[in-house]
Amino acid sequence: MSQPLINWFKFASPASFYPLAGKLWPWFAALAAALTAAGLWISFFVAPTDFQQGEGYRIIFIHVPASWMSMFIYCVMAFWSAIGIGFNTRLSGMMSAALAPTGALFAFLSLWTGALWGKPMWGAWWVWDARLTSELILLFLYLGYIALTAAIDDPRRADKAGAIVSLVGVVNVPIIYFSVKWWNTLHQGASVSMTKAPTMAATMLWGMLLMALAFWMYSIAVALYRVRSIILERERHATWVAELPEMQR
Amino acid sequence: MNWGSASEFFAMGGYGLYVWGSFGVTAAALLIETLLVRKRFGDTRRLLRRELAADRESQD
Repeated sequence: MSQPLINWFKFASPASFYPLAGKLWPWFAALAAALTAAGLWISFFVAPTDFQQGEGYRIIFIHVPASWMSMFIYCVMAFWSAIGIGFNTRLSGMMSAALAPTGALFAFLSLWTGALWGKPMWGAWWVWDARLTSELILLFLYLGYIALTAAIDDPRRADKAGAIVSLVGVVNVPIIYFSVKWWNTLHQGASVSMTKAPTMAATMLWGMLLMALAFWMYSIAVALYRVRSIILERERHATWVAELPEMQR
Repeated sequence: MNWGSASEFFAMGGYGLYVWGSFGVTAAALLIETLLVRKRFGDTRRLLRRELAADRESQD
């Protein structure tokens, strides 16, 4: 049998993923910082004033990226959960656990910035609209995952229970995405579509995409950083942990 | 360039509260999360070092 170019299963072991994550996170953090700087510059100084919403529309530059990230991170959690259940790998549960707080944070920020945008434009901080309600359910799914996994002492069993929650809850993601099509909502339709040309000015689109990339890199950096703590906590009795340079006297 | 002066920039055409409320809370949240993951790693490392040191001592 021919040797594969990269042995993916090597990095499925916490002992080899721990140093890899330690090497990778600074790169993602640096990318996040650079993309944030460029994205904020376009958001405030390049993108023109909106002819309907004035300067108030600038909330879009964090509202849409935060909402995308909240949905995307949940999908990644569901992916690791499926891998964990299918292959019984230890690392996948740790990855899900490392992603959940960041996903919950972006779901909260999506609702928060949405409320601050809704008040001046719709006249209400909150409405029980399909889009808003399904995003709130996403936040509760994240919090439910965190609470459930924290309540179970055995980490392997906690991973299994959490995996079920994330796999069942992932049906909510397409509901959020298509809610503005399926129901008559106050929330506007998709800002960016795969099938249509974008309906907004090119500079606005660039600002949004740069901020989305910045949030993406940020999430990867934070998740990699957090997963290292989780690996150490769970593998504390393993020999390789005792032999780490940062554990020496 | 969209802004004639700094005060115009902070006023955001009358939407200052909403725009800065969004960007400010987002920045604060991401900053706090960064500090929390760093603290968690530091705490974990300190705890494990202490445990390992205790193990070595009991073996000596």
